[in-house]
Amino acid sequence: MPRFEAPDTYQSRYDHFIGGEYVKPHKGQYFENPTPVTGQTFTEVARGTAEDVERALDAAHGAADAWGRTSVAERALILNRIADRMEENLQSLAIAETWENGKPVRESLAADIPLAIDHFRYFAGAIRAQEGSLGEIDDDTVAYHFHEPLGVVGQIIPWNFPILMATWKLAPALAAGNAVVLKPAEQTPASIHYWLSLVADLLPPGVLNVVNGFGVEAGKPLASSPRVAKVAFTGETTTGRLIMQYASENIKPVTLELGGKSPNIFFDDVSAARDDFFDKALEGFTMFALNQGEVCTCPSRALIQQGHYSDFLAAAVSRTGQIVQGHPLDTDTMIGAQASNDQLEKILSYLDIGRQEGAKVLTGGERADLGGELSGGYYVQPTIFEGDNSMRIFQEEIFGPVVSVTSFADLDDAVKIANDTLYGLGAGVWSRDVNTAYRAGRSIQAGRVWTNCYHAYPAHAAFGGYKQSGIGRENHKMMLEHYQQTKNLLVSYSPKKLGFF
Amino acid sequence: MGDVVTVTPAAADLIRSLRAAHGPLMFHQSGGCCDGSAPMCYPAGEFRTGSSDVLLASLAVEGLAEPVEFWMSRSQWELWRHTTLTVDVVPGRGSGFSLEAPEGVRFLIRSQLAR
Repeated sequence: MPRFEAPDTYQSRYDHFIGGEYVKPHKGQYFENPTPVTGQTFTEVARGTAEDVERALDAAHGAADAWGRTSVAERALILNRIADRMEENLQSLAIAETWENGKPVRESLAADIPLAIDHFRYFAGAIRAQEGSLGEIDDDTVAYHFHEPLGVVGQIIPWNFPILMATWKLAPALAAGNAVVLKPAEQTPASIHYWLSLVADLLPPGVLNVVNGFGVEAGKPLASSPRVAKVAFTGETTTGRLIMQYASENIKPVTLELGGKSPNIFFDDVSAARDDFFDKALEGFTMFALNQGEVCTCPSRALIQQGHYSDFLAAAVSRTGQIVQGHPLDTDTMIGAQASNDQLEKILSYLDIGRQEGAKVLTGGERADLGGELSGGYYVQPTIFEGDNSMRIFQEEIFGPVVSVTSFADLDDAVKIANDTLYGLGAGVWSRDVNTAYRAGRSIQAGRVWTNCYHAYPAHAAFGGYKQSGIGRENHKMMLEHYQQTKNLLVSYSPKKLGFF
Repeated sequence: MGDVVTVTPAAADLIRSLRAAHGPLMFHQSGGCCDGSAPMCYPAGEFRTGSSDVLLASLAVEGLAEPVEFWMSRSQWELWRHTTLTVDVVPGRGSGFSLEAPEGVRFLIRSQLAR
């Protein structure tokens, strides 16, 4: 089993990146950053405050005007060069990301970093191809519509895919010509700085500024500042509401991605043959363990039709039993460490309430002690609960490798259970019958319905939530407009007066 | 039926120290992604509650002159109401804008079936 060494790419300390250079925190404080792989601290990071945010906003405002007037060709070229640098350093980025977050390195090598690279390229292309419009109002009057950057935007990044989630927000914002002040999650503040060490020289100073710190000390001043034209946030509902509240005080727009409780629906015909499709569906079930379940669209509710329920579930339990848990830097490891201790504790609290509510543990259900240096890390066994959709483990995003399984009778029943949730971010539908799959997909109230696949995140497929899962669509060229104003020039080409006065 | 929300001694200690640093406090229970399911602790009034929220408890914490209100969105409470909640605290890094995160600890909800 090949295992990468712990990375030596990290510095022992990171300051804020403001105006193209590293700047010490105003209050001189730093916080320790542990790797979830072992629980040991590997670097310390500036503990930002309102003064640091203001300094970053100064830098961003100083850069925004010139950046917004660069040609789209120039901005696209810079995004493409960022992608090229990342590709040249894919392995070291992947290792840094795994050390920071705890995810298995095979995922960061094959998914996180390649997706981030492609995302920069996608928005480099999208901005080149974007056009304004014109409307011919009458023979003498034309309405021109131009896309203009918003100016300076604030972005607050989650900890589950630190580099990829930063990229989802940065690529469209930069492509559209905005300057950015970005705050990484305090659980995963360091990998973005390793990324910056590779690409920072490509961007004009002040176009991208990174202020580290805690939500209450650095995130709040950013989200509540009247000097940001828009705030983008991925996280949970209470903070999402608070960000909307701050934005309402400044009459600014937000985009929010606040998670879900995604159903993964397996119709009877999935088991009609023991073929590649059946095998793929079992993999689709097991996707609840991808990234240790720390995915906003974790397929954490599996709905299995009654006709094949017992057989399919038995096969799914067996497939789950084949998940290799181990050192995240082993390339054979399929599930690594949860990102933080409090995340681990939260998952354990859900394993507890699931049992109290009477759900049956079919496999897993405990913290995993992997021994040696990993004993200090945050590991949970992949867990399958069997129960009822009214249970809390069916209604709340556990954000761990935990799936809750129940059965359904027919299409209507499946849709009813699937939609019996506060959220609507992702869903999965598995059927050999295209009509069934189509009807189910159109009836599920979720922004993304994977149909005979799951957990694919290609650029150019819109991603975002219905219901309490948020506002906006990332991953698609339509995100450009979430980072743009519309300027209408209404032009008269007639020399004649109207005749009113 | 017991109290809907209770507080462990460790959480009460943390609430007292946050009260001393930040003034009167409130909780709003989160849902959703990432740090969802965490009880978020704010200065009282920082998070604006409305008709979509329900006040679950006014927690009397020893040493505090005023109660600490504990809120949840109404729709979420409909799904939680068969359980009672205990506010605990664990070492952690916590995200969101909750006041305790810089202290290296995180409030955590433990749940029990209501009797």
